Amino acid sequence: MSLLAQGVLAAENPVADFGNDNGWVVFGKALFIFVFLVLLTLLTIWGERRVVARMQSRPGPNRVGPFGLIQGLADGVKLALKEDVIPKAVDKLVFVLAPIISAITCFVAFSVIPFGPAARIPFTDIVTPLQLTDLPVAVLFVLAVAAVGVYGIVLAGWSSGSTYPLLGGLRSSAQVISYEIAMGLALISVFLYAGSMSTSSIVAAQEHGVVREIFGLDLTMPAWFAVQLPVAFVIYVIAMVGETNRAPFDLPEAEGELVGGFHTEYSSLKFALFFLAEYINMITVSAIATTLFLGGWRAPWPLSAIGGGMLNEGWWPMLWFIGKLLGFIFFFIWLRGTLPRLRYDQFMRFGWKVLIPVALVWIVAVACWRAANSATIAADGTTRIVLIAVGIALLFAIFGALITGIDRADRRDAARHETPPDEVDPFAGGFPVPPLPGQRLIRSNGIGNGRDDDARRPALAAAGEADEEVHGG
Amino acid sequence: MTALDVVFALFASTAAAGALLAVTSRHVVHAALWLVLALGSLAGVYLVLAAEVVALVQVLVYVGAVVVLVLFALMLTRAPIGVRADLDAAPGRRRVAAVAGLATSALIGGTLLAAIGSTAEVPAGDGTASALGSATFTGWVLPFELLSVLLLAALVAAIAISRGRDADTPGLDDLAPGGTADRADPGAGSAAPAPAAAPAPATPAAPSRAVGPDGTS
Repeated sequence: MSLLAQGVLAAENPVADFGNDNGWVVFGKALFIFVFLVLLTLLTIWGERRVVARMQSRPGPNRVGPFGLIQGLADGVKLALKEDVIPKAVDKLVFVLAPIISAITCFVAFSVIPFGPAARIPFTDIVTPLQLTDLPVAVLFVLAVAAVGVYGIVLAGWSSGSTYPLLGGLRSSAQVISYEIAMGLALISVFLYAGSMSTSSIVAAQEHGVVREIFGLDLTMPAWFAVQLPVAFVIYVIAMVGETNRAPFDLPEAEGELVGGFHTEYSSLKFALFFLAEYINMITVSAIATTLFLGGWRAPWPLSAIGGGMLNEGWWPMLWFIGKLLGFIFFFIWLRGTLPRLRYDQFMRFGWKVLIPVALVWIVAVACWRAANSATIAADGTTRIVLIAVGIALLFAIFGALITGIDRADRRDAARHETPPDEVDPFAGGFPVPPLPGQRLIRSNGIGNGRDDDARRPALAAAGEADEEVHGG
Repeated sequence: MTALDVVFALFASTAAAGALLAVTSRHVVHAALWLVLALGSLAGVYLVLAAEVVALVQVLVYVGAVVVLVLFALMLTRAPIGVRADLDAAPGRRRVAAVAGLATSALIGGTLLAAIGSTAEVPAGDGTASALGSATFTGWVLPFELLSVLLLAALVAAIAISRGRDADTPGLDDLAPGGTADRADPGAGSAAPAPAAAPAPATPAAPSRAVGPDGTS
């Protein structure tokens, strides 16, 4: 069983060459990204309403423009014309700053996303990469920008000077920072495989499939990191839904609990900025997933073979990129139409106790796998076998620890929760509570709520007193 | 003065001003925001010095995580907007703190000036991820590992403090938001379903008394 080398590591530096870009080209690219994102946001809002409507067997918006396409624009104009209310209790500067931070950061992250390889701008001789810029640490840059974007949420929640936004802001920021960790950890294995943090290099690293000899068969592994690193991909996709506060992880905006979440007090254009930021964030994380895991702008497999890679050159790649992006956006909408919202503690536990440990184990496994395939160790058969045995033993140990840990937690839970009493008075605490499964209801009409003076008095007499609490019944 | 010098000076003075405002502000959340300014400008300083990885990690860790956690704690404990009078230390302590701060700055600045001199070239290529990685895991591996142990110790200590002295007191699990021990739901993490998953922590705490003879129906 010989495993071939993993292919030459791409250079750490970006492969895209921005040498030909003059000021106008840079400006044009920036403008393009801005217009692209705003238009795609309008389209996404429309698409979301239509698709969710179809999933719920209703037509959705279909009055404004063909298929209701202009609905998003109409809503935007309506929002802009509303009165901009700034409540009295707010911290004014921070209150205004928060939506601006949100909106700016979500645009900035897109500057390192490659839309395609070098292409000639029509009617000129300028050949330039279809990407605003690239850095050797571009993905780190995206993560840093996302981290700054959290401030928009935190500050909006706090500066509103109101309870629901505060709770929404707290939830939101806790959620974003928790899932950012899992997200960052999921990206590390991509860095290990691509040998770079530059987006153009990562796309380049997904060009050729790796040929592996498995049980005597030469198999070309698909080059997409989603296939090579499936665990990292799944973790990233879950974390990106959590990071963008989208259903089923939209707890910060749980309408039934928190009104509107952190933006409850916002109106008019400031609210529109938050709305815009939410959708652009969704597009940004989808673009990152496309770039890092789905081969970026590269044509999918059967298409990439046509005409000797013709479809991977010029302006074609933009089509594949946008197609993959829309696929992710549809996935987001699909999730929203399908899954109910998680409870907060389930959500946090899932992030911290499942996603992050799995991501950590996965990184160690990937690092070991790469080291085992490196030239020095691969040459030595005994070392390899010993290492593999150690690895398998470690895996068993981890699973064993996991299972015993769960067992113990269950037993502790069972010990802590003594069986509930057979009968329950739903008004014992002064407000109605539902019975647990198997419990019998008894009615006391508020008598016996633990307050002795009340309990001794007949209900009619109690109702006549100054104590006007109504216990119902 | 090159353009880089000017940018460096701008970032450096912003960082110093932000730091000063952070300790003098009487408004807790604003103090935290000034801290963001100071730490962010520090990232700018790193960037001017061609240490791009360090700059981004600075933003990611300090701006994006540490201060957000500070704000988080503030929002949980001191949410009301407005100036707080009880933030200031006693005047004597303030003076001692100022002296200590100045002395530390003088010590570090003096050391740097003595070690490098008043001007130094910024070596190209030292700020890349690979250069930083190989430096961390070769020459600096011992300090790096020691720091990890320090952080681990801090974590363990935090858990020990929040758990209290004996095992009966509610521990970190119960206090943390989204704590798990008290909620009986098996959730995504565990395989075996716990018996009687409570839909809400709704078990009445007060002993439910039946209707007494003197109570009405």
